[in-house]
Amino acid sequence: MVRLVFLGRLENVAGVAHMNCPLAEPTTLADLLGMLPTALAEALQGPKVRVARNGTVAGAEGLVVQDGDELAFLPPVSGG
Amino acid sequence: MAADVRLALEAFDPAAELGAFAACYSQAGGIVSFLGQVRSGEGVEALELRHYGPLTLPGMEDLAEAVLGRWALAGLLIVHRAGEMAPGEPIVLVAAASRHRRDAFAATDFTMDHLKSDSWFWKREKVGGEWRWVEPREQDHADLARWG
Repeated sequence: MVRLVFLGRLENVAGVAHMNCPLAEPTTLADLLGMLPTALAEALQGPKVRVARNGTVAGAEGLVVQDGDELAFLPPVSGG
Repeated sequence: MAADVRLALEAFDPAAELGAFAACYSQAGGIVSFLGQVRSGEGVEALELRHYGPLTLPGMEDLAEAVLGRWALAGLLIVHRAGEMAPGEPIVLVAAASRHRRDAFAATDFTMDHLKSDSWFWKREKVGGEWRWVEPREQDHADLARWG
């Protein structure tokens, strides 16, 4: 199982703050996104969206996701 | 010296925090503080700051380390709210204590600029009963660029 976390406006696109995806074997991020609804996959690949794997910001390019991972999708911040 | 960095999930009392901080650093010649609060008026009924546990507080702690490395401070306090807030409620309190005031002014300014545009918070506002996400402001990025 992989836990996907959607921050900020991405929560509205997903309709939920997080979801669990079953994963039989290690999968690239691109393939994982391919399993999601198109509109959500496109939003998650937006140019300013960063990805954190298990709490560390990672490059989306070539990222491989494994069973038990948490992937957070981080749109531009607007804090303070 | 160490920084006191906290993510507050409930309302906090900025006057009490500042008083306690000043008492800890009575040897410092100056304390500069900044308090950010939810604006009232403009039709905003509530403000919510979302955070991401694995990144938000560690990021604030890294920021505090950078500030301590850059200015000679006796103490640094950062308290930042997450969760839902009403107009008038405190959002963020930053205080810096130093021997000389200029270090404390600059450190507080730097900390706020980085909290605003480079920390892991996502903000939404409730207007007319509807929540809407607040996009980053260009001005915040311009403020950040001042520090090189």
